[in-house]
Amino acid sequence: MIKKLTLSALTALTFTAGGAFAAGGAGHVEDFQFSFEGPFGTYDQMQLQRGLKVYTEVCSSCHGLKYVPLRALEGDGGVGWSEAQVRAYAEQTFEIYDEELEDFRPARPVDHFPANTGAGAPDLSLMAKARAGFHGPYGLGLNQLFKGMGGAEYIASLLTGYTGEEKEEAGTILYENKAFPGGWISMAPPLYGEDVDFDDGHSNDLHHEAEDLAAFLMWAAEPKLTARKEAGFIGVLFLAVLSVLLYLTNKRIWAPIKRKDTA
Amino acid sequence: MAGIPHDHYEPKSNGEKWLHKRLPIVGLLYDTIMIPTPKNLNWMWIWGIVLTFCLALQIITGIVLVMHYTPHVDLAFASVEHIMRNVNGGAMLRYLHMNGASLFFVAVYAHIFRGLYYGSYKAPREITWIIGMLIYLMMMGTAFMGYVLPWGQMSFWGATVITGLFGAIPFVGESLQTWLLGGPAVDNATLNRFFSLHYLLPFVIAGLVAVHIWAFHTTGNNNPTGVEVRRTSKADAEKDTVPFWPYFVIKDLFALAVILLVFFAIVGFMPNYLGHPDNYIEANPLATPAHIVPEWYFLPFYAILRAFTADVWVVIIAETLTGGIIDAKFFGVLAMFGSIAVMALAPWLDTSSVRSGRYRPMFKWWFWLLVIDFFVLMWLGAMPAEEPYATFSLIASAYWFAYFLVILPLLGVIEKPLPQPETIEADFDAHYPPKDDAKGATAATPAE
Ligand code: HEC
Repeated sequence: MIKKLTLSALTALTFTAGGAFAAGGAGHVEDFQFSFEGPFGTYDQMQLQRGLKVYTEVCSSCHGLKYVPLRALEGDGGVGWSEAQVRAYAEQTFEIYDEELEDFRPARPVDHFPANTGAGAPDLSLMAKARAGFHGPYGLGLNQLFKGMGGAEYIASLLTGYTGEEKEEAGTILYENKAFPGGWISMAPPLYGEDVDFDDGHSNDLHHEAEDLAAFLMWAAEPKLTARKEAGFIGVLFLAVLSVLLYLTNKRIWAPIKRKDTA
Repeated sequence: MAGIPHDHYEPKSNGEKWLHKRLPIVGLLYDTIMIPTPKNLNWMWIWGIVLTFCLALQIITGIVLVMHYTPHVDLAFASVEHIMRNVNGGAMLRYLHMNGASLFFVAVYAHIFRGLYYGSYKAPREITWIIGMLIYLMMMGTAFMGYVLPWGQMSFWGATVITGLFGAIPFVGESLQTWLLGGPAVDNATLNRFFSLHYLLPFVIAGLVAVHIWAFHTTGNNNPTGVEVRRTSKADAEKDTVPFWPYFVIKDLFALAVILLVFFAIVGFMPNYLGHPDNYIEANPLATPAHIVPEWYFLPFYAILRAFTADVWVVIIAETLTGGIIDAKFFGVLAMFGSIAVMALAPWLDTSSVRSGRYRPMFKWWFWLLVIDFFVLMWLGAMPAEEPYATFSLIASAYWFAYFLVILPLLGVIEKPLPQPETIEADFDAHYPPKDDAKGATAATPAE
């Protein structure tokens, strides 16, 4: 029995190998505390709204969010706007090229956030899942259960990780950044602190802006996080009850075979 | 049907008799579900049910995913995002399917190592074993092609590296590779054929599973003692066995529920744990990722593939002897497939007359070393191809082959096995001694 347990434990541990050992050359990722970490964590609606504002006013000039439908801003579990708010935001913020009209028109909730490849900047829709900030403990990545993959932490660390050093290489200016693998990134520091004013009066220093924005991008990458955790929780609970019932049934039917007294 | 003597289905009503004469399907189901099963099976005999469940889970979630997926290089990645964001329950379905593959492999490895320890591959179960190995190969093919479908960076580059292996085959390699890919490189044609096969193979696996079950229902299950069920009479057989229903059905379902509990916790709370972040970047043939790492379940064999570099003496000998036809790359490919082939040949490589590892004092040590070796190889497969990992990989790969090709054949000759119980009943009674009033109680040792 012990041997079998060891075997199962080892199997469980080595689970990790795919993601955890892989990403290398990592920069320094700071451990931000986000509300969506851990099995019960959910998004903070106000934080997502602030993050959306930073994205809209700063990042969207270079980066797109092409996989995210605008209407996803509506409803619970995420940004939590009303339909009217989404409609107003879409119309006032983005122009979309309509193939039928053969012209640009204001965006509607059914449209996606526009793609934006002009500045050579990557799409941010899935950025928070495409980078892993954490691999511990011992490269096993198991702390994902409590902290997530660290994608949001990576983004926040990136935005706060500029040292102020610059260099020019083959015609491009590179900026030194403590979080970026390799240490030099071609994106100029997009945030300096106090770049936007938050409607809820929340602090807009660099650290908080970066944090809110990273939370928003996590939501953009994984909008169904809350529903998923709820489903997981219900599944675990249901299976726990089922396991107990099956355990007792099993014990009972085997009792005469194993010559044990049935209680 | 041959097999362990037991009661068969007797049609009673006229309706049952009518059907039974024309199609004895109820009888077949009855025989399958009531099959006499050794009553001493331990918890390592639950993986079969887990595997059957995984196959069903993957087929069902897969069929629904296909309704929303688009196999085209320009649309595949976006269609997966569509599933994740817009399809009702789509994120959950996709995560179940994605992690279901991992559960499938956890179960298959546990199942295979169970077979290796208890000698389940030995006569008369060689066919069961071989079919099992075929299923395992098909699973690997299916999982590999499935991983390509989301068309992320790892999908694309994994496919490029693995199909590149076929290019290493002398003479025909390159044409073979082009034929497999449907073009000079991984592209839309590749994605389409992988999609087609990814949908097809699970049904082939389902067919093989039926044959696998048929085979071991003919020979009877192995059991932890490796001693066969007595077939001298129905009464004797009944002393060694209990019917599959309800005893093992309930036991297996209990184990399945516990395993699924862990599975659901992973799917619900850390669904990307086993994935690679790079696969959330759309495939880009112009940007090679820093590390191309296969899924965890391929890592041991990936390590073997990479272990045999051009400076290893066996490779040098092979290269000289064949006049360069077998170069390091091809040697690696041969080694990788060979490592599975030797496992498939275990029934003929193991010379011991004793089936279960429980009564083989020397074998035990080598077996557990093999298990450790497997995990070491898995770890090495994820490491960069540099020192000291390269040397470790070579040693670990060498042990893998030595276990099957040298140790298994030799042990049968030099090892002195421990006494085995006369019957399954005796083993069972030793654990669960009969009550005082029953005869034979004196012979039993107390349970632990
Ligand atoms: C002036 C245009 C510009 C603006 C504004 C901008 N970025 Fe970038 N961003 C880039 C470019 C260019 C790159 C590619 C950098 C590279 O790979 O060297 C990039 C890369 C990134 C990356 C990927 C880093 C990696 O690991 O590869 C992230 C994350 C990112 N930006 C986030 C943001 C956020 C968040 C904002 C808003 C606060 C923002 N960017 C604003 C141009 C911009």
